[in-house]
Amino acid sequence: MTAIPHEAMGRQLVAAARWRPAEWVFWLFAAATVLLFPDRYLILTEVAWLGLFALSLDLILGYAGIVSLGHAAFFGIGAYSAGLLAKHGLINEPVLALVVAGFAAAVVGFLTSFLVMRGSDLTRLMVTLAIALVLRELANRFSDITGGFDGLQGITVAPVLGLFEFDLFGKVGYIYCLSVLFLLFVLARRIVHSPFGLSLRAIRNNPLRAAAIGIPVNRRLIWIYTVAAFYAGVAGALFTQSSAIASLDVFAFDRSADLMLVLVIGGTGYLYGGLIGAAIFKLLQQEVSSLTPQYWQFWIGLVLVVIVLLGRQRIESAVTFVPRRIARLFGKEIAALPGGEAP
Amino acid sequence: MTYALETIDLKKQFGGLAVTRDLSLRIATGARHALIGPNGAGKTTVINLLTGVLRPNGGRILLEGSDITALPVHSRVLRGLSRTFQINQLYADLTPLETIGLAVSERLGHGGDWWRVLGTRADVNGEIAEHLARFHLLDVMGERTATLPYGKQRLLEIAVAIATRPRVLLLDEPAAGVPESERHDILAAVASLPRDVTVLLIEHDMDLVFSFADRISVLVNGAMLTEGAPDEVARDPRVKAVYLGEGADA
Repeated sequence: MTAIPHEAMGRQLVAAARWRPAEWVFWLFAAATVLLFPDRYLILTEVAWLGLFALSLDLILGYAGIVSLGHAAFFGIGAYSAGLLAKHGLINEPVLALVVAGFAAAVVGFLTSFLVMRGSDLTRLMVTLAIALVLRELANRFSDITGGFDGLQGITVAPVLGLFEFDLFGKVGYIYCLSVLFLLFVLARRIVHSPFGLSLRAIRNNPLRAAAIGIPVNRRLIWIYTVAAFYAGVAGALFTQSSAIASLDVFAFDRSADLMLVLVIGGTGYLYGGLIGAAIFKLLQQEVSSLTPQYWQFWIGLVLVVIVLLGRQRIESAVTFVPRRIARLFGKEIAALPGGEAP
Repeated sequence: MTYALETIDLKKQFGGLAVTRDLSLRIATGARHALIGPNGAGKTTVINLLTGVLRPNGGRILLEGSDITALPVHSRVLRGLSRTFQINQLYADLTPLETIGLAVSERLGHGGDWWRVLGTRADVNGEIAEHLARFHLLDVMGERTATLPYGKQRLLEIAVAIATRPRVLLLDEPAAGVPESERHDILAAVASLPRDVTVLLIEHDMDLVFSFADRISVLVNGAMLTEGAPDEVARDPRVKAVYLGEGADA
C-alpha cells in the first residue's frame, strides 16, 4: 500500500473552501455597480439589505434545514432597534448601532430558538409565523415607543464612522450597505466551511446519523438560528438606516414570504443564492410594477401558488435549473481534483 | 467485574405492549458478542435503548461501569458507544472525506469550531486518511455519498462509526442487502475491526454470527432466552425450536 496521503486529504478539503474565479468576478461586479449605475443607488441599496436578509435565511434553511415563515421577526427587531437608537440619540454612530441592533435580534433569536427546535417542519412554519405576528402586535400595542401604524418618525442617521455623511443620492448609503454585506458574507462563508458549518449540513442530511457520530444536534441548531437572527437584525438595521424609517411592516408576513421566494429564485445552500435571488427579485419587482402596477401582487401570488403546488424539491429542480448551473460555478458541488492530487 | 456494556432489568413498553422485558445483558470487554433472535424479538428496540434513541421505562444501562441511562445520543457517542445502522444512514450530499472528517472533528472536540476551515488540522487529516484507507474508500473519497455503489456506502457506514473511536461498537446487520459480489469486503472489514473494540453484533445471518461471535445471546419476545458460547447455543433445543418457528412470532 502507498503511503497514507493525509496531506492530500487536507488539500482536498481546503480546496472546497477556496475562493473561485466566479466569486471574484461576482464581487468585483458588485463593487463596480457603484460606478456603473449612479442613478440606481436606491434599488441597489434595497438589493444589498435584502441579499443580506436572504443570506440569513439561507444559513438556517439551506444549511441547517430549518424552515421559517417568520424571519421578518428578526429583521423587524433590528429595524426598530436601529431606529430607536438613532432617534433618541443613544448610539449615533451607525456601525455601532448596527452591531447593537444585530445583537438585539440575536438575543430574541436565541430565546425563541427553543420553541423552533420542537417539532417538525410544519410546526416550525407555524411557530416562526406566530413569533413574527406576536412581535408585530407588540410593536403596534406599544405605539408610544414604536410610533404604531405611523412608524418611527424623525430618524436622522449620523455619518458612518463619523466620516461619511449619508447623501441625497444614496451613494454613501449604498457603499455602506454593500460593505456590510460583503463583510458578513465573508464571515458566513468562513462559518459554512468550518466543522461547525459542515455539521449543520450533516444534520440537514440526516439528523439520526448526525447524533450517532456525536453531534449535539439541538445545540448546533440553536447556535445557527441565533447567528441567522443576528444577520437578519443587521439587515433590518441597514433598512432603517438607509431609508430613515421603521414601520410595522418590517414585521409583516409578506416580508417573510417574499424572502422565501428570493431564496427559491436564487437557490439554497451556497450562500450566493440569496444575493442573486435578491437582485432578480428586486429587478422583477421594479420592472413588472412599472409595467402593470396593480398586478404586481398577482404575479407574486401566482409564484407562491406554484411553489405550494409543486413543493420545494421540484421547485428546486425546475425553477432553479439555471441558478444551479450558476451555483456550480460558485462551487456548491465539490469540484474535481486538479490533476495529480488524487491518490 | 466491570463489563464493557451492561443492562440491568431493562424495560420498554409501547402502550400496553412490552417489547423489552427485564433484559439483563452483559458484554465483556473485548468480546465479539452476538445478539440474535427471530423477527419481532425486539432487537432493534434494544439497540435504540442502548444508543439513547429511546428512553427505557425501567432499568439501567452501564457503559464501562458508569450509568448512561439518562444521557442523550451524542453524549453516549463521545463516551465511546457507537453504532452502525441496518439501513444506511449517511449524508447523501456530503463526500466520504467530509463524512469521516466530521466524525473525527467531533471526537477531537473541534466540532463546534466555526472559524477554521475543515482540513487545516494535521491530526484530523491523519485520522481521516487512516480510516479511508482501512475501509478502501480512498478512491471515492471526493464523490457525493448518494452516488456511491451500495457496497461502498455500507463500508462508509462502518467507517464512520469507527471514526468516532468507539470502545463499544453496535453492528446492526452489517451485511444486510449487500450483493454477493461485494459481501467479501464487508465481512473482511468486520473481521478486521480493532481487537480492543468490544463488538455487539445484531444479525440474522447465522453463518456470519457463528463465524464471528465468541458469545451469543438469544432474544425472544423481548426477553433473554439463553446466553452462552456458540456451540452451547447451537445445541440448545429451545433455540432450535424458536428458529424452527415453534412458539415464535417469526
